[in-house]
Amino acid sequence: MNNLTLMPILVPFLGAIVLLLLPRRIFIQRTVALIFSLLLVFVSLALVYLVKTHGIMAVTIGNWKAPFGITIVGDMLAALLVTTTSILVSCVLVYSFYSIGKPREKFLYYPAVLFMIVGVNGSFLTGDIFNLFVFFEVMLVASYLLLVLGGTKIQLKATVKYLLINIIGSAFFIVAIALLYSMIGTLNMADISAKINALHGVNTGMISVVAVLFLFVFGLKAGLFPLYFWLPGSYFAPPISVLALFGGLLTKVGVYAIIRTYTLFFAKETTFAMLLLGVLAIITIIFGVIGAISYHDLKTIVIYNILIAIGVILFSVSVLSRESLMGAIYYLIHDMLVKGILFLLIGVIMAITGSSSTKKFSGLMTVYPSLGWTFFIAILALSGIPPLSGFFGKLLIVEGAFSAGVFIGGIIVLLSSLFVLMSLIKVFTAGFWGEKKGNFNTNVPYHKMMFPVTILLTLSVCYGLFTQMLYPYIAQAVDPLIDPSVYIHAVLKE
Amino acid sequence: MKTNNVLLRNVTKVVAFIIFLFSLHLFFAGHYNPGGGFVAGLTSAGAITLTLLAYDIKTVQGMLHMNTIMLTAFGLLIAFCTGMIGIFSGKPFLTHKFGDVVLPILGKTALHTATLFDLGIYLVVVGVTLTIIQTIGESD
Repeated sequence: MNNLTLMPILVPFLGAIVLLLLPRRIFIQRTVALIFSLLLVFVSLALVYLVKTHGIMAVTIGNWKAPFGITIVGDMLAALLVTTTSILVSCVLVYSFYSIGKPREKFLYYPAVLFMIVGVNGSFLTGDIFNLFVFFEVMLVASYLLLVLGGTKIQLKATVKYLLINIIGSAFFIVAIALLYSMIGTLNMADISAKINALHGVNTGMISVVAVLFLFVFGLKAGLFPLYFWLPGSYFAPPISVLALFGGLLTKVGVYAIIRTYTLFFAKETTFAMLLLGVLAIITIIFGVIGAISYHDLKTIVIYNILIAIGVILFSVSVLSRESLMGAIYYLIHDMLVKGILFLLIGVIMAITGSSSTKKFSGLMTVYPSLGWTFFIAILALSGIPPLSGFFGKLLIVEGAFSAGVFIGGIIVLLSSLFVLMSLIKVFTAGFWGEKKGNFNTNVPYHKMMFPVTILLTLSVCYGLFTQMLYPYIAQAVDPLIDPSVYIHAVLKE
Repeated sequence: MKTNNVLLRNVTKVVAFIIFLFSLHLFFAGHYNPGGGFVAGLTSAGAITLTLLAYDIKTVQGMLHMNTIMLTAFGLLIAFCTGMIGIFSGKPFLTHKFGDVVLPILGKTALHTATLFDLGIYLVVVGVTLTIIQTIGESD
């Protein structure tokens, strides 16, 4: 039964293998990919249920004892993120049936998506720092393929940048792990945490160095200031369904890694690293806002909104109170869903108008009112209007910041919501209202493309409406973050 | 002008076979001595690459009759199934089994399922290396 913790990794892995073995006929590839992604949703939900009833699930691969083997730890945070991932992936897969195009579908698109999910889910679930590196690489190598697949000029250019940045990041990750291993002598995350706590102030200088190195590495993957420079260009290039996966998942894995390592390793020992994280997060919000309000292109605006969300989440992590961490997790899950929705909606708009710049078209509301209102609700959810999903997370974040006495940060988070709303309402009014302008392509399979978007939006709205029901789950997810000994005991079984 | 590679081709016929045997030796040595699936896979791929140098891509494909991507996937599948042995025997994933087995000709032999995992790695490495070499070789 413990093996269920592994299933969110094994199911997409098997799916990808089967897709490689099967003939590359589009119908077969689609069906098998969809079946495995739905199976993934099922096992993820089962994992959430199991963690809810039994507490943290830890399984050490190969039946070795905990610090010596690779432990896969299913705590509530990982289980919730895995579930969000699997739902998002299923919807994006259905969306890509109608948008990605036959050449890509024939050339390993679906196996690549599933391999990327192996990496993402593995990163969420692993309890071993080197294994985290390996799953990062699995995710990144698959994402290189997805980014370059199709081989247009802009994709090639973006891939070179993305590849270079991530290879440098991974090299630094290895260096950081090597440094940590030379001091601590173990790779198991729970064991590292226990041993760092047992240092009692000895050698904290070097631990701080490792903390900053980890911040550099994960910040590079997550798009933290000043390491986000690669992100807008690289994310602009791939087709929309790939972009939705990237925007919804990849940066969030970096955020998750920061949350996990900082709460587990560095929370007690290094006040410096936490301060640095907080300051960088605030500057990320500011730069994200500047980017978001200065463009007229839908895709670029939402890409800069990713940065704002990263800043908000990481700022609340740096506050490190129970409230702010709960807010961070609420906001993280909300943001994964809503970024997926927004990118998919932009995909529909681009399929209809042929452009993502609102200077090229207007009056879309006259032809596609349902698209307009869906987009409008998504905007409101993103900026955190009360009944919708973005509200409660931000409320907790601001509350946590104020009660911890970090007023500047709290106020900047509040103000950022205003600018998020402004950046997207601006393009909404320009693109959807007004006279009909621009060429609308009415041959788009509009209803089919809107179907997965509608599912995601319904889930996002429900996430906002039934916040209260989710509260115990989020509270359980925060427990090991506040008190690492919960995590350590579950893994090492002392 | 077409050069006659008779020396290269004849030496290749012998040497490729020896390299392949050496890769098999490396593969089976892995548990007790340096070696294992990865280096054995690379050496086997080296043997095939030597044949590629001496002959051309079409001849080698005619000799081997395999789709290298399928080979990679098959290797992954073997590694995956080895892990599933653990799950089906009620232990965590990748828990291996081992023991002495009496085989018809070899007699009592110590076997370990980690070898199957290594076989998976071997196939993946051969598949990936050949895919890289062939696709770069074929593209103009």
